[in-house]
Amino acid sequence: MSPISADQLRKIKLKIQNENALRYGVGRAKVTVHMGTCGIASGARDVLESLLVDIAQYKATDVIVAVDDCVGLCEREPLVTILKPGQKPIEYEKMNPDKMRHVFKEHFIVTEIQEPVEGESGQSNEGKRSQSN
Amino acid sequence: MKAVRSHLLLCGGTGCRASGGMTLKDILEAELEKRGLSDEMKIVVTGCNGFCALGPILVVQPDDVIYVSLKPKDIPELVSEHFIKGRIVKRLLYKHPVTKQEIPTMQQIPFFAQQELRVLRNRGLIDPEKIDEYIGRDGYSALAKALAEMTPDQIIDEVEKSGLRGRGGGGFLTARKWRTTRSAPGAVRYVICNGDEGDPGAFMDRSVMEGDPHSVIEGMIIGAYAIGASKGYIYVRMEYPLAVKNLAKALTDARAYGLLGDNILGSGFSFDIEINRGGGAFICGESSALMQSIMGKAGEPRAKYIHTSEKGLWDMPTNLNNVETWANVPLIINHGSAWFASIGTKGSTGTKVFSLVGGVNNVGLVEVPMGITLREIIYDIGGGIKDDKKFKAVQTGGPSGGCIPAEHLDTPVDFDELTKLGSMMGSGGMIVMDEDTCMVDVARYFINFLVDESCGKCTPCREGLRHFLTILTRITEGQGQEGDVELLEEIGDGMIWGSLCALGGSAPNPVMSTIKYFRDEYDAHIRDKKCPARVCTKLITFSIDPETCIACGKCKKVCPVNCITGAKKVPHVIDESICIRCRACYEVCPTDAVKIR
Ligand SMILES: Cc1cc2nc3c(=O)[nH]c(=O)nc-3n(C[C@H](O)[C@H](O)[C@H](O)COP(=O)(O)O)c2cc1C
Repeated sequence: MSPISADQLRKIKLKIQNENALRYGVGRAKVTVHMGTCGIASGARDVLESLLVDIAQYKATDVIVAVDDCVGLCEREPLVTILKPGQKPIEYEKMNPDKMRHVFKEHFIVTEIQEPVEGESGQSNEGKRSQSN
Repeated sequence: MKAVRSHLLLCGGTGCRASGGMTLKDILEAELEKRGLSDEMKIVVTGCNGFCALGPILVVQPDDVIYVSLKPKDIPELVSEHFIKGRIVKRLLYKHPVTKQEIPTMQQIPFFAQQELRVLRNRGLIDPEKIDEYIGRDGYSALAKALAEMTPDQIIDEVEKSGLRGRGGGGFLTARKWRTTRSAPGAVRYVICNGDEGDPGAFMDRSVMEGDPHSVIEGMIIGAYAIGASKGYIYVRMEYPLAVKNLAKALTDARAYGLLGDNILGSGFSFDIEINRGGGAFICGESSALMQSIMGKAGEPRAKYIHTSEKGLWDMPTNLNNVETWANVPLIINHGSAWFASIGTKGSTGTKVFSLVGGVNNVGLVEVPMGITLREIIYDIGGGIKDDKKFKAVQTGGPSGGCIPAEHLDTPVDFDELTKLGSMMGSGGMIVMDEDTCMVDVARYFINFLVDESCGKCTPCREGLRHFLTILTRITEGQGQEGDVELLEEIGDGMIWGSLCALGGSAPNPVMSTIKYFRDEYDAHIRDKKCPARVCTKLITFSIDPETCIACGKCKKVCPVNCITGAKKVPHVIDESICIRCRACYEVCPTDAVKIR
């Protein structure tokens, strides 16, 4: 540590606020991965891992990740819910690590949701995205 | 690399440490490692969470779930159920004392919901050993603002407008003291933080020093700049090793960042702080005795015709403030005096931290707006009286505070109202007593403490306390005489008028207030030789009601002097001539057959 200026003080503050967003509950968005026994059985753990790797890679620590119990929609698991302040939650079903990576980029790297990427394996997320209240 | 998805905020306050918090940390660490979660879940040891009776406490973020009274054996379940599967472990949650409902988040628990966190703004949220975490919560921004944008006079004006009064006991106007010290002539000026906290049962200042040391340090630097002081001391008692450790680390880090030392933040202002450890004498919390102690002399007070703000440490102008007073200062600078004064009462602005202990359901550290009623603190935040007993009195202000009875429960709590009732704010200890408390015995208890803590320099305090103790002891032993109460009052008057410092001046409070509100209990002891609360051992007898006794033999087993006889199916009998009135049989009897009279 070496002496800092008032300006550096402000920078430290912003850095810590970003790093600790999940602790202070002031993130840009909250991504919930539904785990439970069935979620984990259908691969939710891998989805979570992929999400955490992306957050680290893009230094997006203000995207808060929560794990929750399964919601009883076992056949559509793994389920992921994205909640942005002031918006309706968006649910994604039958997720896998690749799709998670894609959804993450859509939401948090390119800020606007784009058209589904051509040639993506499995279902395109278009048909799978549902608004829930 | 993976991002961290959860912070596990483990309370590292002294209370939670005493109930095994740090062992829990090791076990939690090992379990996370075993389940491959070490790189996605981070354990953060925070300062005191405040809910001390239910430690060890763990708050899980971002889920905002609080677990209480955790045991090592709970950890594997917590990890596999909550951390892996996302299922809250209900049995480890706080349960409402009345409805028995589990409550998952802090904000839903009445103990937390009704508090107003200002001084405790970082409570349970930061690692006190990391200066960056303090900065992340706006820390040192008030200092930067004060140095760059405000003159010393503007700072004092702002503090004056806020109405801030010292939280150490007397409730002196902080700005007035600062101004006197600033304008007193002297080659150097000092500021001191009073972290002596000598009141039994009080732990507000300890929690702040342990849990958020930088908030105190920042306040002191701002104050020093306003006063023109170049050197500061933090006076902490020996019994607070964790506070000393965390403060020392905080000072080192602040120095490394150039927030202490020469030319702070490039402003040209230089100031440094040293920690001074006190021996733990109650009198060393008194301003002039404390300064003697820092100078290496015996901690004795002196007469106050010359204020310490003019001639204090080494006869130089010295400003002493309490831990909590200092921690309020950055808030006033950052948010302004109007914001500060927007809560509280006219004469007492802002909040006050109390340590709520004794017979309430929720024991712990609480910060509330000034002006809240005693009833709200005890019943809403404190959750009412334990075991459905009746409230009898609340003792505020430390050992030399007074006892306030039920009829005044709706009194707003502020400096002036408590003094009117014959008690005082003191530094914020609050001891709740239930119907099983003998008020004469309580007075004797506090006087017994004060007898040992009186420094002996002035006669009224030294002799007055001894005579208090002699008289109170004889009353509780059934030897009280007509006229004893009047004698106590006369001695008390003499002490109030004649004592050198506020120790002797306030020591009569526990006696005078119990006489004022519970005179009938004194009379019962003196005239009828009875203790209405059935506490004073010389005035009570134990017997077993043969009708309700089921001859289970439990009392016989616990009796330390073997004075209980009785065979199977034969009601038991206590031999009063041998009984030492230890209450063991009373506590253990399953049918309440043991009677105290
Ligand atoms: C016997 C006695 C003990 C005291 N103990 C403390 C203490 O432990 N902590 C404290 O801050 N003030 C204590 N005080 C009050 C101090 O003398 C002084 O008023 C206070 O520290 C000033 O700070 P403030 O203006 O911020 O309240 C004590 C006073 C007396 C008479």
